[in-house]
Amino acid sequence: MTNGTTSAAIQKLHFYQKGTFTVGNRLVSEADRSVQASIDRSNALTCGHRACQGCGEALGARYALDAALRAAGGNLIAVNATGCLEVFTTPYPETSWQIPWIHSLFGNAAAVATGVAAAMRVKGRPEIRVVAQGGDGGTTDIGFGCLSGMFERNDDVLYICYDNEAYMNTGVQRSSATPPAARTATTPAVGPQPGNVFGTGKSVPKIAVAHGIPFVATATVADLHDLERKVVKAMGIHGARYLHIHVPCPLGWGSASQDTIRLAQLAVECGMFPVFEAEHGVVTGRRKIRRRVPVEDYLKPQRRFAHLFTTEEGRKCISQLQAMADRNIAEYRLFDWEGDVE
Amino acid sequence: MKRPFAISLDVGTSLANLTGSWRTSRPVYVDRLPPCNNACPAGENIQSWLYHAESGDYETAWRTLSIDNPMPAVMGRVCYHPCENVCSRSQLDEAVGINSVERFLGDVAIRNGWRFAPPQADTGKRVLVVGAGPSGLSAAYHLRRKGHAVEIREAGPFTGGMMRFGIPKYRLPRDVLEAEINRIIDLGVVMKLNTKIDHVVDSMQAGRFDAAFLAVGAHIGKRAYIPAGSAAKVLDAVALLRSMEGEDKPLLGRRVVVYGGGNTAIDAARTARRLGATEAIIIYRRTRDRMPAHDFEVEEALQEGIMMKWLSTIKRMDEGVLTVEKMQLDEKGFPQPTGEFEMLETDSLVLALGQDVDMSLLDGVPGLKIKDGVVQVDSNMMTGYAGIFAGGDMVPSERTVTVAVGHGKKAARHIDAWLRGAIYTPSEKHELASIEKLNTWYYADAPKTVRPMLEVARRQSTFEEVQGGLDETNALYEARRCLSCGNCFECDNCYGVCPDNAVIKLGPGQRFRFNYDYCKGCGVCAQECPCGAIAMVSEEI
Ligand SMILES: Cc1cc2nc3c(=O)[nH]c(=O)nc-3n(C[C@H](O)[C@H](O)[C@H](O)COP(=O)(O)OP(=O)(O)OC[C@H]3O[C@@H](n4cnc5c(N)ncnc54)[C@H](O)[C@@H]3O)c2cc1C
Ligand SMILES: Cc1ncc(C[n+]2csc(CCOP(=O)(O)OP(=O)(O)O)c2C)c(N)n1
Ligand code: SF4
Ligand SMILES: [Mg+2]
Repeated sequence: MTNGTTSAAIQKLHFYQKGTFTVGNRLVSEADRSVQASIDRSNALTCGHRACQGCGEALGARYALDAALRAAGGNLIAVNATGCLEVFTTPYPETSWQIPWIHSLFGNAAAVATGVAAAMRVKGRPEIRVVAQGGDGGTTDIGFGCLSGMFERNDDVLYICYDNEAYMNTGVQRSSATPPAARTATTPAVGPQPGNVFGTGKSVPKIAVAHGIPFVATATVADLHDLERKVVKAMGIHGARYLHIHVPCPLGWGSASQDTIRLAQLAVECGMFPVFEAEHGVVTGRRKIRRRVPVEDYLKPQRRFAHLFTTEEGRKCISQLQAMADRNIAEYRLFDWEGDVE
Repeated sequence: MKRPFAISLDVGTSLANLTGSWRTSRPVYVDRLPPCNNACPAGENIQSWLYHAESGDYETAWRTLSIDNPMPAVMGRVCYHPCENVCSRSQLDEAVGINSVERFLGDVAIRNGWRFAPPQADTGKRVLVVGAGPSGLSAAYHLRRKGHAVEIREAGPFTGGMMRFGIPKYRLPRDVLEAEINRIIDLGVVMKLNTKIDHVVDSMQAGRFDAAFLAVGAHIGKRAYIPAGSAAKVLDAVALLRSMEGEDKPLLGRRVVVYGGGNTAIDAARTARRLGATEAIIIYRRTRDRMPAHDFEVEEALQEGIMMKWLSTIKRMDEGVLTVEKMQLDEKGFPQPTGEFEMLETDSLVLALGQDVDMSLLDGVPGLKIKDGVVQVDSNMMTGYAGIFAGGDMVPSERTVTVAVGHGKKAARHIDAWLRGAIYTPSEKHELASIEKLNTWYYADAPKTVRPMLEVARRQSTFEEVQGGLDETNALYEARRCLSCGNCFECDNCYGVCPDNAVIKLGPGQRFRFNYDYCKGCGVCAQECPCGAIAMVSEEI
């Protein structure tokens, strides 16, 4: 696979255009189908969990962990930071996890995972792989120190961040992953710059790349094939790996429950959420935009951006967001989709 | 309960939490009506046979198709495919080449000698079918399959009706036509050629028939009053095309003028060209966009060097010369004479002004209603005389092979019910799977396959088939372009995208089931179903 074509190439299936972008495809061989299409997939995260209707995080976690579990031959331990994913899956005395799973604190998942990996090594069980996972708050804010340490030491952990762009579990407070202009409980839609302030926040995927670790990637719940491929690739590598998955949150974003995947898709197609991958500090692939849309198409269905459509200030914010999207598109060269089929 | 060290929760415990109670609306699987099926005059289940074709199971595809239409190889050549005009794929790139896949399946079936399943047990009822055109053949097929004894009486020396006496060989090779007709006869249909019915009620009584289906078509060429000198050579198009089936080919000369703007005019001109006319000119009184002929036919004719004179009428015909008057359209779009004349050297004039029905077999039959030169039938295809049904060109119709086939099928269902003293009620139509019901993101771009065409030189001198068929790879490709509007194609999307793991996959061919114990009713499955096969229905709360 060459630069830039990696993620587009996976979707190209000669003559199988019927369901090229769907979860499964009865026309291709079993081996070429997604983990999620399999009738006996493991469902690492199963029914009965208490996530909201249409929760992108619940979906992303099942996508990622089922793929990791298959790649690890079933030998997987998950370490969870505090957050929705932890709370909605394990209200005492219930659990929805069907894998060994441990929760410690909000900010220490990376460190705990490092410890679990070390323990497995000491116990002579190197085949048991470790995944750490948390929300954007637990990853980009409070857990960031532990995460950077895990990267810098190149610990043998795959860290997965489910980015729903705020502290959802405690009532939608801003995090350093919240996009500018978004209304949250702590960034109300008032004043000349309503919502979250432009020029704040950070890109943890970029920071992860800067650590020079073996593998960094972003993904979304709207492109399962890309997500699964990246999990499989990450599981094939030892050392520190980082996967940042964009997961729409109907409650926090004020979107309709059925729009979760559509929004994840629009975020990519407008350029707001660049999907790319990097190895050892160098960007090696990007998922190009297939059908480009203006940022409005992405913002409009979300109540957290509703104020942008009613005032002059808001309109200005939209063009600023469009400029951000355009910068992403230029920076990651997200243009020129190479065609759906070969 | 004693748990191992550090284990505090048991696997599977969340299953006790039935989150289905949160739901205010539930997803349900539906089969919506694909636009193609809705538009097919023969009522074919197109989506369904394409589904089988796309996995390479051509025999099941052909069997599914021929439940409704026994002549796919013919249809794949002559049908004007209204299905493709409404195909939702045309809103993405181009319509699915339904017609070309149909032809492929028909040809594969002929090559492999596939037969229809044997008819149901004999019912002891006898049905007379008058006319071996597409409508009569279709009715015979459907009636025979239901176990009735069927006899077709055909006035002409061959089967096929206008498919043989009208449609030229270069569009419908006769071996193809015969193969599909013989397969119908092989079901045990009695075929009597050269047997004209003069009085249908008498024939029914004499033959002890319990019902009759009339499909005599429209074979009398309409005439227009054109003053003509005694040596002028004037023929009608139906007679010309019909004579192509005989031993002696008609002599038309070098310069042939065809008068009319329909498909028959085009076929007459193209036939004249192939017979050696160096000039074949179509004269039509209105403009090209008002021609009843299909645009692709006009195009193919132009490619073959047929000339067209629009906005013209013929005033008189003398030996070797025609007087033509130029017309202009008035503000209502009607052609009006201009008084400007032009002379045109011509060896023969062919009139293609439409056809009338020969209704003589119905003389004296009580209760019949005839309006605008065609027999009126009720919604059951029955005429005003109990037990006599009619279809095809002789009843109000668009006058196509496909409509004729559809009439035959519909009449057969009603005749079957009538013979049992019952009433046939068609099942209610499902909701239309219009494009807004689809999520087209999931379909990859894939342009339509272009069918090969015979080179023009051979189209001007031979009766070889003009349009080629698809081969196996591109037929498969074309079938796979189908979006499967409104009907599950087992893409696993619902199964994959459910955040609550509340969709159960039942295995190949079995589709899926919702687990309402856990489905929270978020609606993601319905939103992400590519083909619109899931509906959200409000819960009664
Ligand atoms: C030149 C031409 C080209 C055409 N091209 C196309 C095309 O490409 N696609 C398309 O869809 N449609 C086409 N059509 C129209 C199509 O052929 C007719 O609509 C269709 O054949 C009508 O079918 P039918 O069964 O009603 O009648 P017909 O096909 O006309 O068959 C009627 C049969 O009944 C027989 N018959 C008549 N009277 C009696 C009697 N008293 N006793 C016994 N038998 C009798 C006739 O000999 C004939 O065989 C074309 C028509 C013409 C004239
Ligand atoms: C040290 C500490 N501070 C605060 C909290 C309260 N808390 C629990 S979850 C959470 C927000 C989690 O946000 P995020 O990591 O983005 O995950 P999400 O719920 O959005 O998936 C907070 C603030 C806590 N558990 N521990
Ligand atoms: S608040 Fe958002 S992240 Fe949390 S369960 Fe609901 S949808 Fe999922
Ligand atoms: Mg969050």
